[in-house]
Amino acid sequence: MPDFLQLLEIVKKVSADVTADEKSSPKAVIVPAADLLKVCTELYQNPSTYFDMLSCVTGIDNGVQANTMEVVYNLYSIPFNMSLAVKIVLPRENPVVNSVTSIWRTADWHEREAFDMFGIQFNGHPDLRRILLPADWQGFPLRKDYAHQEYYRNIKVEY
Amino acid sequence: MPTDHIQYQYKPGNLAESEPNKFDLQNLRSEEMIINLGPQHPSTHGVLRLEVLMDGEIIKDVVPHLGYLHRCFEKHAENLPYNQVIPFVDRMDYVAAMNSEHVYAMGVERMLGIAGQIPKRVEYVRVLMAELNRIASHFIALGTYGMDMGAFTPFFWIMRDREHILRLLEWAAGARLLYNYIWIGGLFYDLPVGFEQKCAEFITHIKPKLKELEDLLLKNDIFIRRTANVGVLPLNLAINYGVTGPMLRASGLRFDLRKVDGYSVYPELDFNVPIGEGLKGTVGDCWDRAWVRMLEIHESVKIVEQCLAKLQGEHQRTKEFNPQEFVPKKIRPQAQDFYIRGETPKGELGFFFRADGKSDIPFRCKGRSCCFSNLSVLPEISKGILVADLIAIIGSIDMVMGEVDR
Repeated sequence: MPDFLQLLEIVKKVSADVTADEKSSPKAVIVPAADLLKVCTELYQNPSTYFDMLSCVTGIDNGVQANTMEVVYNLYSIPFNMSLAVKIVLPRENPVVNSVTSIWRTADWHEREAFDMFGIQFNGHPDLRRILLPADWQGFPLRKDYAHQEYYRNIKVEY
Repeated sequence: MPTDHIQYQYKPGNLAESEPNKFDLQNLRSEEMIINLGPQHPSTHGVLRLEVLMDGEIIKDVVPHLGYLHRCFEKHAENLPYNQVIPFVDRMDYVAAMNSEHVYAMGVERMLGIAGQIPKRVEYVRVLMAELNRIASHFIALGTYGMDMGAFTPFFWIMRDREHILRLLEWAAGARLLYNYIWIGGLFYDLPVGFEQKCAEFITHIKPKLKELEDLLLKNDIFIRRTANVGVLPLNLAINYGVTGPMLRASGLRFDLRKVDGYSVYPELDFNVPIGEGLKGTVGDCWDRAWVRMLEIHESVKIVEQCLAKLQGEHQRTKEFNPQEFVPKKIRPQAQDFYIRGETPKGELGFFFRADGKSDIPFRCKGRSCCFSNLSVLPEISKGILVADLIAIIGSIDMVMGEVDR
């Protein structure tokens, strides 16, 4: 079972610009958004890592001041019983990243949720629609600067 | 707006615009049609709407439409201190609230670094409560599943037995379903005096009933014919879709976070992890999923017995014991990202926290819902089957829409 440093080496072979984040639990690698699909494919296929399960995809908005958004992928390998988080940082104006649906189908609905709540675009997603909110809802509610619309179909949103 | 104004004005187009169908009527082939299932139908177990594309009686595609029970859990959590989020966690999976509370409280305790201080008695009470609630949740799963398959009697029998559990939990926590009993760092109250004895009475009462239920429902020929070889979920597909819990185990993988992660006092307890073996059909069919739940009830009964023995022996109540002794006055974790997961009756419940280290409010709190991922596999395993089998598959997934939509 590879430890975190070995995992980091494996990821560095695929993507040059990788930083480690040892403070988070499980430990995380921060990869450039452009390399996400390459890194995930490697982590999924490499026989010494074999991350076969994507537990969770979390979108995070760091606020207007930081002007960034993040997507965190919590991976888990059933045969090796180890976890790893993969993080990407996106600009807040135009958050676009490749979808990992082709690797883990879990990502399908989780990415739709991140799109629904944060407006993050996932390239290559088979069916990117809103999932929890109505299709004609305006805005992305989990963004830090979200202000809800006053009326939705004559229903006052403010309670 | 004047006060006598009708708030919602119905227009025929509203539904079509707010949750439009994925398939367009204009582009269908002449033999195809769209059937709308739910959101207000008992067989969809809550407010799930399914758009079913059919060719005659054969299903070609299923598109689930979610969100009818969306209550903005994550937005609420970003505006409330950690301890005040617990009632919202209860309302995610409202038939197994203790389990969700347990996972949440454990996550915040680990972030604060006080997980090691929690007294053993508190941990045993937590596990006792969680397992009682697991039995109640599996009762609901099996009872409503029987009802979906046309068997009404088991539902009433099972609700009668579940009532005993709810009464016990009400006695301890003060509520029947939404408890807010497990606190960060401790418990709301210690167990009421006499709880252990009553709980032991319940266990002796329930054991013959389980055999009865098994014969009545799971070994019933009609039930077997409706569920065996239906909705077979292969293991690789289950893992790829992030399916967890009894559904994953029914597909043949012995994977239970209580064993794998060994959190709380589960390593000290003796229990097995049942898996689906395809006794009546194929591994991973609907019958296997129901059967795994049945076996898990037996395992939970075993755990409850062991907890009761510990709570009456080694860790029995004392006058000095204060379940709120280690409840922190100020809950402010250091800046970090933290993912915690635990085994609830439906599967892996996870919480992703981001703490900024400056406030008592989580910067981000994502609930990774097990039913959400379990449900996402539905379109994949229900192609080319009949509508009656689709109902069998929905029931075997055992989702609670409160947790899917959060």
